[in-house]
Amino acid sequence: MDTSEDILHPASPDLVRGSETKRAAKAARLSPSFISWLQAGPMMLVFLAFFLIPLVFVVIVSFWDYNEYQLLPAFSGRGYTDTFEGCIAQLPDLCTIGKTYLKTLKLCFMVWAITLFIGFWVAYFLAFHVKSKTWQMGLSLLCTIPFWTSNVIRMIAWIPLLGRNGLVNSGLVKTGLINHPLEWLLFSEFSVVLALVHLFTFFMVVPIFNSMVRIDKSLIEAAYDAGATGFQTLVNVVIPLAKPGIVIGSIFVITIVMGDFITIGVMGGQQIAAAGKIIETRVNALQFPAAAANAVILLAITFLIITMMSRIVDIKKEL
Amino acid sequence: MKEGRPRSFYVLAVFFAAYVLFLYGPMIAIYVLSFQGPQGGLTFPMNGVSTFWIAKLFQGTGIVDLGAAFRRSLLLGVIVMIVTVVLSVAAGMAFRRKFKAQSILFYSAIASLIVPSIITSLGISLEFRIIDDLIKAHWNENFETSMGLLTSGLGAHLTWTLPFGLLIMFAIFNRFDPRLEEAARDLGATPWQTFRHVVLPIILPSVIGIGLFGFTLSWDELARSSQAIGAVNTLPLDLQGLTTTVTNPDIYALGTVISAVSFTVITLALGTIHVLNKRQAAKGSDAGKGLV
Repeated sequence: MDTSEDILHPASPDLVRGSETKRAAKAARLSPSFISWLQAGPMMLVFLAFFLIPLVFVVIVSFWDYNEYQLLPAFSGRGYTDTFEGCIAQLPDLCTIGKTYLKTLKLCFMVWAITLFIGFWVAYFLAFHVKSKTWQMGLSLLCTIPFWTSNVIRMIAWIPLLGRNGLVNSGLVKTGLINHPLEWLLFSEFSVVLALVHLFTFFMVVPIFNSMVRIDKSLIEAAYDAGATGFQTLVNVVIPLAKPGIVIGSIFVITIVMGDFITIGVMGGQQIAAAGKIIETRVNALQFPAAAANAVILLAITFLIITMMSRIVDIKKEL
Repeated sequence: MKEGRPRSFYVLAVFFAAYVLFLYGPMIAIYVLSFQGPQGGLTFPMNGVSTFWIAKLFQGTGIVDLGAAFRRSLLLGVIVMIVTVVLSVAAGMAFRRKFKAQSILFYSAIASLIVPSIITSLGISLEFRIIDDLIKAHWNENFETSMGLLTSGLGAHLTWTLPFGLLIMFAIFNRFDPRLEEAARDLGATPWQTFRHVVLPIILPSVIGIGLFGFTLSWDELARSSQAIGAVNTLPLDLQGLTTTVTNPDIYALGTVISAVSFTVITLALGTIHVLNKRQAAKGSDAGKGLV
């Protein structure tokens, strides 16, 4: 495969005989850059056809007009004006779209803070306290296994626990702590956050763990020798060195939660409005330009968050 | 380890155990509940033990046509797996030397990973709608749609699996010793022979890992399928549809069946990787075997 090297070093051609000569000659005709294109081209084409061009279409269609049943390919700002309908008139109160985005950001922040806390300590335990490589592998795999199954299954798994007659409620009633089952356990903001944390803490653990295992243990010993307390070592040595992992994990969790509509739909009992849900609702109503306009807004906000976070570390360097 | 563990070890060990319980507890609950008796409901306590609800799924008498959705998901998963493996290995090889558009491809992959799925999904659906409109306007007025499982659906799944495949290839080639290829070349191997007999056997365990990733990511994929798959449903889509109308444990039974397939595939793949690694360890070195 690595023909470029062959061409750069046409060493001892007299050793290549017969049919090999022909093949070598054929290989030599393909320039290294051509071979790179051949190897990387198919993947590039997939991203072009199913990611980059669709994104362009989202932007274009967001400026199209529409009626009840079809797209009208004529320039219009209706997708955006429909989205922000009444926003200026209602000032200083927030309009629906403003409230929805605020709610999404709030969910995002809560899930981010909780997954970061859990993810950091789980990764810390695996990286610094589990000394044997085999145990490290085994315990990481243990955390990975639930990730291999459908998210919806992991969501509905909360129903028998949190439902009106679920284990938590019946347990609490039996012990006499409460008289009536708690209604806010399921199909509420609480259950949405719980499910999102359950689903995505893993995305926080892996990058943080990866940064932490790379930390030279002698640095931590040096900190102790220099008289640092455990807390000082954590703040001044471990956290700065684990920062790339923390940022990458945060980007994953935040972008997933920003765009999520399935978890929020299922766990919120289809009652909680969020940025991703707006898009889904607009699509179901066949209002594609409005859906696209919301997608553009969501994309812009996500992009803004990522840009802010990637200022902290160079992501490419860390991969 | 002999010097005794600090107190923080025990605190964090308990924290870790609690996290694992949090991860597994609910899932185990639904696996158990899918074996409810015929009169059983959605919650504990168990009302008898049976395979009634699982059998009901396979009879196709439930709300979803499980058989058809199962076959569709399986077909799509296998195709996604094959395409992901081939394209990731090829692109991974390309990234070992510099080429133009390298960073474009890299950033496309990363962006595809982090742009919210609903946006990618919406974009693909808009793209295919516009293609449909073009075909209707210019070639065939009766044309239905070009959206489908193996067109827009396949593309949507690939935008999710390929970034993972590419990142795994980076990890593989970071550890790869290029001197092995030089040795092969010095012995007169053609580029293809070098790849086939030297590179591929070494990277094979990780390549199987990519295939495993590709299959299970596609098998469980929901967000990207939601708008882009066309008229048909995959299993996760059926499952999501059930969540709003559910009254019977057949939803848990479906969950258990989907999980069982995922776990079987993972076990098979991990087993194969293990065997390959052992073989490599046993046969990888010819030290002490003398000259032929």
